[in-house]
Amino acid sequence: MQNAVIIKTESLTKEYVLGAETIRALRGVDLEIRKNEYVAIMGPSGSGKSTLMNLLGCLDTPTAGQYWLNSTAVAGMVDDELAAIRNREIGFVFQTFNLLPRATALHNVELPLIYGGVAAKERREKARHVLGLVGLADRMEHRPAELSGGQRQRVAVARALVNDPAILLADEPTGNLDSQTGAEIMGLFEELHSTGQTIVIVTHEHDIAEHAHRRITLRDGLVETDILQRQTVRA
Amino acid sequence: MKPFEALRLAIAQIRSQKLKSFFSVVGVIIGVMFLIAVISIVEGMNRYMEDDFARTIYGLNTLTVTRSPSVQMDSDREQWRQWRRRPRLTLDDASAIRAGLQTPAMVAVESFNEGRLKSDRGVEVSGVWLTAASSDFFRIREMDVDRGRLFGPQEDAAGLPVVVLGSESAEKLFGALDPLGRTVRVNDIPFQVIGVLQPQGKLFFFSLDNRAIAPARSPMGRLTNPRAVVDNILVKAADPVMLQAARHEIESIMRARHRLRPDESNSFEIETKDESMAFWQTFSRILFIAFPALVGIALVVGGMVIMNIMLMSVVERTREIGMRLAVGARRRDILLQILVESAGLSFAGAAMGIALGLGMAKLVEALSPMPAAVGVHWLVIAAVMGIVVGVVAGVYPATRASRLDPVVALRAE
Ligand SMILES: Nc1ncnc2c1ncn2[C@@H]1O[C@H](COP(=O)(O)OP(=O)(O)OP(=O)(O)O)[C@@H](O)[C@H]1O
Ligand SMILES: [Mg+2]
Repeated sequence: MQNAVIIKTESLTKEYVLGAETIRALRGVDLEIRKNEYVAIMGPSGSGKSTLMNLLGCLDTPTAGQYWLNSTAVAGMVDDELAAIRNREIGFVFQTFNLLPRATALHNVELPLIYGGVAAKERREKARHVLGLVGLADRMEHRPAELSGGQRQRVAVARALVNDPAILLADEPTGNLDSQTGAEIMGLFEELHSTGQTIVIVTHEHDIAEHAHRRITLRDGLVETDILQRQTVRA
Repeated sequence: MKPFEALRLAIAQIRSQKLKSFFSVVGVIIGVMFLIAVISIVEGMNRYMEDDFARTIYGLNTLTVTRSPSVQMDSDREQWRQWRRRPRLTLDDASAIRAGLQTPAMVAVESFNEGRLKSDRGVEVSGVWLTAASSDFFRIREMDVDRGRLFGPQEDAAGLPVVVLGSESAEKLFGALDPLGRTVRVNDIPFQVIGVLQPQGKLFFFSLDNRAIAPARSPMGRLTNPRAVVDNILVKAADPVMLQAARHEIESIMRARHRLRPDESNSFEIETKDESMAFWQTFSRILFIAFPALVGIALVVGGMVIMNIMLMSVVERTREIGMRLAVGARRRDILLQILVESAGLSFAGAAMGIALGLGMAKLVEALSPMPAAVGVHWLVIAAVMGIVVGVVAGVYPATRASRLDPVVALRAE
């Protein structure tokens, strides 16, 4: 028996109109990602990886095509509904961390819960818990400037996890880290995956993509290859 | 997001950039500061004029009959000449009013001059406010003695040379000695001291306690005015509601005495404290109209500064806003955050302005005899204005922030 489908897209298309020119960033992507899969998306620069991630993360809406997240059609949703989905179902990790520089690690991690309307006490507990998970139990009161790059990315991962999302999306999460620290972050992802987390990660580096169990290559806005490297763990 | 969270966020943001926050609200601070300072001073003046000035000069519920207006605004030479031609008021006028009034009232006369006093010890005091008055003067003016007694109607009728001294005069003339029963020379004419008044304090810088009051028919009468002439006739109605009735009666009595034809205007004035207040009221009304306009300009400028700062702040925080949107902030959460921040900023400025304004008013109070008074409602108005300015100034930046596309915002530098 296969795990439940978390992400399903059908002819997902994204076009950007720049003056007279239309850039077709995605030209009809069909995808199915199941629970507890660990997917690496690769492909040359400009192939549409980030565009796809933004659509999967509900940060953007497709020009055409369908997208179901947990069997809910997302394509036609309005802003507030998308915000709620981003808040509850999606954990996004950025290449540049995007932490609040003046806030402590704890507060940064609490942020999604604030927008989710979670009470202060519960917020703190959850944030502490996930910071513990990413190995920062002793850095909760530190500000980003007082943390190393790897630690900052761990805070960002904790923030993405705090709402217990259906899927963790990471667009080049190691792009701003040295290889040693990058490997550590990948180790963290693997750990999360082993506890049942569904993960989609964009990367340029093959050894990083090695960690994933399935590798999707994009080219010119289309899926070029989709290779299952290993069987995923059953949840 | 709950509004409370937005407030916490705003406070954190404002506090994290104290200096910048301060400079962005300087306009609001200055506007509100002057608003509060000027209103404190004007309201203080108002209260002072009502409570002290008008009361001292006119008394409450009291009509003052005079030859010419006591407070003259924009009067030309011709007007002056006309007033000078009017007949003087006399003791007989006062008697006629007392006899003719149907309305229950007290009637008294008063005449003033400046003079000098000399005690039997040889101490001399000059610049003394001399008053020749009839005995009801004290009751109308609500004055009483600290020691000794006031003079009565018999002493007034007989024109006895008795005198009631102001507390300051008594102190200067006699020091620790008991002044009662002693002789004091008023411009060289001997009077016997029968009482010392309770201290009255100051009117602006002018002492109300350096004075000597003697019966109108005593030699004091001659020291203040030609024989039988008086400066003012005071009429205090037993009941304030009868003030108007008394005014009409006095008017007809005086018109008859001055033999005025129906087409002739009055050759005398009947004033209440309102007349003395008229000038001040005009002045303060102008202030109250012109001043808010100035404050308004300061606040508009202040609002524009805040708007600019908020716009810059939104641009600076584009990525942060993108991140907030990415983790689930709704557009209205961003809108609220920026609005609350702008309002909080402006409110903090207004609060500082209020504090500084009150400080300025207190300074004026300390350096002048005028009290500073500001109604709590003005403080509330100032605070609310601060918030309103902030909200209005924040609308545009907040709208811009909330309309950001999350993908574009996250890519911003
Ligand atoms: N906002 C936009 N407006 C116009 N064109 C865009 C926009 N965003 C992306 N594109 C275009 O869409 C195409 C796909 O871009 P995308 O960012 O998805 O590529 P990518 O695979 O993530 O590349 P990289 O590896 O360099 O990050 C590119 O040609 C890009 O120029
Ligand atoms: Mg990209």
